[in-house]
Amino acid sequence: MITLNVNGQAQRVDADPDTPLLYVLRDHLQLNGAKYGCGLGQCGSCTVMVDGRAVFSCITPISVLENRRIKTVEGLGTAENPGPMQRAFIEEQAAQCGFCIPGMMMRAQALLEANASPSPAEIRAHMSTNLCRCGTHMRILRAIERAATALKKGGSR
Amino acid sequence: MRVLFSWVIGAVPLVAAAAQSAIEPIEPPVRASFDAALLAKGAQLAAIGNCMGCHTAPEGKPYSGGLPVKTPFGTIYATNITPDAETGIGRWSETAFRRAMHEGVDREGRHLYPVFPYDHLTKATDEDVKAIYAFVMTREPVRAATPSNQVPFPFNIRGLIGVWKSLFFERGRFQPDPAQSAEWNRGAYLAEGVGHCGACHTPRNFLGAEKKTKLLAGGEAENWHAPALNAASPAPVPWTTEQIYRYLRYGFDDVHDITAGPMAAVTHALAVVSDQDLRAIAAYVASLDTEPTLARRQRANEALAYAKRAETSGTVAGTRAAAADDVPSAQSGAAIYAGACALCHDNGRTISSGGALHLALSTSVANPTPGNLVSIILQGITPREGERGRWMPAFAGSFTAEQVSDLVAYLRADFGKAPAWPDVEEEVRKVMQVEEQP
Repeated sequence: MITLNVNGQAQRVDADPDTPLLYVLRDHLQLNGAKYGCGLGQCGSCTVMVDGRAVFSCITPISVLENRRIKTVEGLGTAENPGPMQRAFIEEQAAQCGFCIPGMMMRAQALLEANASPSPAEIRAHMSTNLCRCGTHMRILRAIERAATALKKGGSR
Repeated sequence: MRVLFSWVIGAVPLVAAAAQSAIEPIEPPVRASFDAALLAKGAQLAAIGNCMGCHTAPEGKPYSGGLPVKTPFGTIYATNITPDAETGIGRWSETAFRRAMHEGVDREGRHLYPVFPYDHLTKATDEDVKAIYAFVMTREPVRAATPSNQVPFPFNIRGLIGVWKSLFFERGRFQPDPAQSAEWNRGAYLAEGVGHCGACHTPRNFLGAEKKTKLLAGGEAENWHAPALNAASPAPVPWTTEQIYRYLRYGFDDVHDITAGPMAAVTHALAVVSDQDLRAIAAYVASLDTEPTLARRQRANEALAYAKRAETSGTVAGTRAAAADDVPSAQSGAAIYAGACALCHDNGRTISSGGALHLALSTSVANPTPGNLVSIILQGITPREGERGRWMPAFAGSFTAEQVSDLVAYLRADFGKAPAWPDVEEEVRKVMQVEEQP
């Protein structure tokens, strides 16, 4: 048994220590926001935050996560009450098929928590590990800039 | 010692006075004044020297300078070598350019810091310098003033560079070795001259000069260890000429690490260089390593056998943990390897397989210091923005410093079959400080 702190809640999980966090989130905790894309840390659709930084949950074994803060897209808000990052993605209509979007939002959230006013170049460099096969990158970049503005105006999370 | 000290101090005014006179500025030459064949040759030589690597800042225009190069003596900014008349070298005649390359003196007559590798460039023929001149003078002129160097006293005294030169700088063209083949001599000329391999791969003394007795015996570059290319090579499988050629041509070969760190930029630049010249460089570099000893051949066979075994039997993390059970931190490291690394690294690598090098074959795991391995784990391997290249994800956010240390200890023991590195955690914290991004 291992205890994980996910979105502020302690969760007891019965899984092998080398199990990827992604499997635990989806199969044990029914947090299905993070997606399985490539399973090799090459596409970014599984991105979540650990201690404020973006990580690929498909290649992060749970053995390294005890006593660390895990945040998934479910921790940013709900369908009824979306957080600033989620609102910005909705307002820019950044999703097409939507598969990459939770990972995009988590990576962007990590950036904005560390740097409230990133330049367009900084956003591009930071987001370069996350791929969108529909090609909505331009909307995603606009959504991140919108979220940055919203967060600076005093939105929380 | 006191005698030497007073000699050095006494020499300063003399040498400072001996700094050379300025060479008359010219009107920037027009493109049509250069022969097309000469330009093409210059492009190849500039690629072999990867002039762009230092003379371009991360967000900057090509060759417009501004890259801060941190040395133990202060931060020196690479200059703008585009033909801009005011901020670049547009007013430099070929004579002034040749003097800079061969003697480390700028057009105004001031000594240049030896971070500009004129200790190698001095070996280039006049004809090759002419070709490089033609190439740089036909780049797009960029108006970009080079920031002032941040060099503390006493190293900010340019005259002292003259003293440094009198102690360490051997000016003069490359002398071929008649006992060697034409190909070998071509390779030696390029590697020791314009290619300046030794600037990173040769260790330096306390005054920053390459140790002449330790040619290509392993050095440092931008927080990376540049492994030895001679008999001290840490590579588990000794390099052949063909493998070095493939490494320079494609950025990897079957049984060695892919290019990473500053070397990734080098192989990227080499993409335009002719096969013939790359083969020559490979032949020269391969000759630096002596015929492998029995012990090295045995080690190579063991590493290859380990890699082969893992390839055919799949993930063997359970047996790994058992193998490492006498080292407690390696236990936790083995679990991390199984969950984070094995997926790619256990299967070995073939072209387009999505797999990665089996770590028994990794030079980074076998190096004398853990820095490269730590940097690769934390930063991953990423091509420069907008460029294609091989890729490994960064794990900086995934692991704590302690976890990275455990992983490194495990890799060293199980794959490197080598004694543990001391102070791994300190090294990890050092790299983590450099690499603070979300």
